[in-house]
Amino acid sequence: MSRLGALAPRAKPAGAATSTAVAFDRAAARLGGRTIWSDVSLTVAEGDFVAVLGPNGAGKSTLINAILGLLPLAAGTASVLGRPPGDSKGLIGYLPQRRSFDTGTRIRGVDLVRLGLDGARWGVPLPGLPSHKRDAARVGEVIELVGAIGYARQPIGELSGGEQQRLLIAQALVRRPKLLLLDEPLDSLDLPNQAAVAALVRRICEEEYVAVLLVAHDINPILGYLDRVVYLAGGNAIEGAPQEVITSETLTRLYGAPIEVLRASDGRLVVVGQPEAPFVHGDRHG
Amino acid sequence: MFAHEFMRHALIAGSFVGLACGLVGYFVVLRAQVFAGDALSHVAFTGALAAAVLGLNILAGLFAATILGGIIMGILGDKARADDVTIGSLFAWTLGLGVLFLTIFTTQDSAGNGTAGVRVLFGSIFGLSTTDVRNAVVLAVLAGALLLAIARPLLFASLDTAVAAAQGVPVRALGLVFLALLGLVSAQATQAVGALLLLGLLAAPAGAAHRLTTRPYLGLALSALFSVGSIWIGLTLSYVFPTLPPSSMIIAAAVGVYVLALATTAARDPSAFWLRQANGNVA
Repeated sequence: MSRLGALAPRAKPAGAATSTAVAFDRAAARLGGRTIWSDVSLTVAEGDFVAVLGPNGAGKSTLINAILGLLPLAAGTASVLGRPPGDSKGLIGYLPQRRSFDTGTRIRGVDLVRLGLDGARWGVPLPGLPSHKRDAARVGEVIELVGAIGYARQPIGELSGGEQQRLLIAQALVRRPKLLLLDEPLDSLDLPNQAAVAALVRRICEEEYVAVLLVAHDINPILGYLDRVVYLAGGNAIEGAPQEVITSETLTRLYGAPIEVLRASDGRLVVVGQPEAPFVHGDRHG
Repeated sequence: MFAHEFMRHALIAGSFVGLACGLVGYFVVLRAQVFAGDALSHVAFTGALAAAVLGLNILAGLFAATILGGIIMGILGDKARADDVTIGSLFAWTLGLGVLFLTIFTTQDSAGNGTAGVRVLFGSIFGLSTTDVRNAVVLAVLAGALLLAIARPLLFASLDTAVAAAQGVPVRALGLVFLALLGLVSAQATQAVGALLLLGLLAAPAGAAHRLTTRPYLGLALSALFSVGSIWIGLTLSYVFPTLPPSSMIIAAAVGVYVLALATTAARDPSAFWLRQANGNVA
């Protein structure tokens, strides 16, 4: 399916080359013999904030796994930060779905963020080394960036969902990634926290010049912050600007079933008529 | 008390075994694998007695069984956590097998040497030869060094499996190595405090460390310190009061440290403490 339109890339830092963070060309993913999606083509530019939307079971997390290189494509090609998926681990920050810590987890938030930086290294950190100081400074920086200074030294298990989520975003950011994959980071948060985290992600996009793919259930809390959306449904995907994709015509074509997009008086979008998941995939394309 | 060779041997071997137990124990508690430690204590008992029945070196049987047991649990992987009933039955069967070996061993041995079973169950730290001590020190240093070498990625994998895996940390392999290490340390602890009580030496000092600090590497050090301290206190008590067996004194000291840690956190912030208890916090 063809992409709808293309937005001009946002202002970027001087000297940075324009490049693509993620490019899929007619890609397909299969899980346990079932085709999750196929013929998916999409492009995410550096510094873009992109939402991945769609009903349960449409393959949103599968898309993230394909970008991470954890799931090989069944067809088509993919390039992540100019390399095959899985070859740029150090440049990707990843926040998995529904991660919360047991109240018994007596480890400080700051240590968890720190592990995002040095957790893959062997041994134990030695306080005397110059790298130790540099790492600590970077950890302090990202904790300040996400606004978690006030509680970063408390045990992670005793923090609220929103506080944990901010620290986990800090952890995903600590290695200065070029691409941030956030799988339903707003899921367990109340509405004010959802908006605050969305605003934070927008700010990170601009300040750190990171491309962000954020998997979400509901577009409304993030609508005002987005550059583009990828909408997965019916075994296929459409990518474009939110106002182009979230329309009755486009979604009807994607689902292959009548869909109506209503705009409430406060600007919220309501999608009506979505078939219930699990969805039968197969010869629904086009 | 340093005049007696058996006491010197016990203190030297005990210190190193305690060090290894404390380091490994910190991760046993963090990874909620106390059950695995318990299972390995059954394996330790059976392995040692199987070796005795077959006329092999009891220590060799002990180490082979616990390390193998750890690796098998590692390969079973997540199933070991998911299917408690299967694993529980499997290890009850292992313990039953141990009892069988004990019976065979005591009836076939004309000298009526049934003390092997008792020694495996309750430890024999006051009966270590120079060779035993040397082996204990070498193995404990090896286990401790290996644990420190994998400590940081293991911490990452324990707290945050998915992200660690996405960053290329070999999560499965680390879990396997850790359980093999736990097997090795369990066998060592069996010598010091016996199969029945080794769980206390693995869990109590580590639990106290988790209570007292939220800094992971400090916690690791504290856990080792508490474990070594428990061994010293236990051995001293047992020396001063010869009727008290060393193994039970060591465990009493370890549990005492844990209770003190509980009391300290409760005194520091009583409301938070009771709130945590109500929330079912076990660490």
